[in-house]
Amino acid sequence: MELKDFNNRNIAPGYIFFEGEKAPENGWQIFKRIVKRSIKGELFVGLWIVFREMIRFDIHTVQYPAEKLEMSPRYRAIHKLLRLFESGNERCIGCGLCEKICISNCIRMDTHVDERSRKVVSEYSINFGRCIFCGYCAEVCPELAIVHGSEYENASEQRAHFGLKEDMLTPLDTFKAKQQQEFPGFGALSDNADEFVKKTPLAY
Amino acid sequence: MNETAVVIETIIKAVIVLSVTAGMGAFATWIERKVLAFMQRRLGPMHVGPYGVLQLAADGIKLFTKEDIIPQNAVKPIFILAPIIAATTAFTAMAAVPYFPEFTLFGYKITPIVSDINVAVLYVMGVASVGVYGPLLAGMSSSNKWSLLGAARAVVQMLSFEVVSGLSILAPIMMIGSLSLIDINDYQSSGVTSWLIWKQPLAFLLFAMAGFMETNRSPFDTIEFEAEVVSGYATEYSGMRWGLFFVGEYANMITVSVLVSIIFMGGYNPIWFIPGALAMLLKVSFWIFLFLWVRAAWPHIRPDQLMWVCWKVLMPLAVINIVITGFALV
Repeated sequence: MELKDFNNRNIAPGYIFFEGEKAPENGWQIFKRIVKRSIKGELFVGLWIVFREMIRFDIHTVQYPAEKLEMSPRYRAIHKLLRLFESGNERCIGCGLCEKICISNCIRMDTHVDERSRKVVSEYSINFGRCIFCGYCAEVCPELAIVHGSEYENASEQRAHFGLKEDMLTPLDTFKAKQQQEFPGFGALSDNADEFVKKTPLAY
Repeated sequence: MNETAVVIETIIKAVIVLSVTAGMGAFATWIERKVLAFMQRRLGPMHVGPYGVLQLAADGIKLFTKEDIIPQNAVKPIFILAPIIAATTAFTAMAAVPYFPEFTLFGYKITPIVSDINVAVLYVMGVASVGVYGPLLAGMSSSNKWSLLGAARAVVQMLSFEVVSGLSILAPIMMIGSLSLIDINDYQSSGVTSWLIWKQPLAFLLFAMAGFMETNRSPFDTIEFEAEVVSGYATEYSGMRWGLFFVGEYANMITVSVLVSIIFMGGYNPIWFIPGALAMLLKVSFWIFLFLWVRAAWPHIRPDQLMWVCWKVLMPLAVINIVITGFALV
């Protein structure tokens, strides 16, 4: 390999090189170029193109507060805490992995053991002023409990502003209306997830 | 008694011309934003009033209530004077421009021109050239390098295009034999074929280009081109002082549109079934639209290219045009 090959490495076969116009060498060539450029009518092509766009009226403006773009389900904005589809219980088991992995140290959770000897999350908060939306928390979560949502309007009056558990957890009425949605692919339950669910050993 | 009537009539006409053109200039800012937006597949102002029509009211409120800043090292009297010169000359030039054909109102014959002087073309072009003192003084007094560059460019541009516009308009004047805009208009009164644009296509082209230069419109907007000189001579201006420059620019646009329509495009003579006044309005609107259209489509040129094209291309062409016209007339 020579240096030339390295310099050419991104060029697909069939790439057409344009050497550019040859610079005029004498007065006569300069004159010819001026005449050519003046008579060619390229300026009128430009006029026609903008006029055509005006007539077509194919406006691309989104009038933001009134209209909003639909975000992709994979959009990585404000977090959501999901519920189990079967029971409606919170998915979060309070393992604290997200708290540990968070590189900007913005997740905190409080857990306690309730009267049924189950570990439950009593408080869960994310400081969105620090969060960089890297997605590590969603990736590390073993229960698919914390995911990123498409709520992107998170401007606030202060640098530090918090999302609390009740803000991020799917509300029960939304859940009952079957509005809690997951998108397919990495990070979601597979289609045949039910086949892998086994009953507890006592039931055998 | 008769003189008093003339004085009163002139004052009324002047007030009407001033207010209507100032209002149209303000409205033209909205039109410009809309047309440019549509050509760039945007919507433009939409929020103030239906389709943003009242945007100019919002802009006016903003301009009037904005803090008026005069820089510390600026030469204060000249800094204050410069925008007034720019706006005044733009409106003064309209005094000798006829807008519509004569009409009768309450049995009183009205000629819609403030003053029919016999050197109207010379007067309009002279006053328009005085307008360069606005940018020049503004740029020199505001102690800012961008402003100074803008002022220098304004003078350079003025020197370049003034020769072209003067020489190019000479050929039609030689044919007509009068400098009065009303005479020029009457010369083209027998239909579209008598328009001077057919007899003097080169002069028309040169004068139109000079008009674009005179109004600092793209592609010749060298003196206030953002990427090169921030805002040129107007960099240090804010609030209503800047607004005066702005209004002056749009008034200039209207004047140039009216001039081109009258000198080359048949003026306010009726075309087929279209009455003269409406024809004039259509022509002027077309020219205003052309100013915006060109701004949306074409890149602007460097100052050295502008001087080059003026002195080495347009001026020789104008002189050749005059010579040919002279031979044809003889």
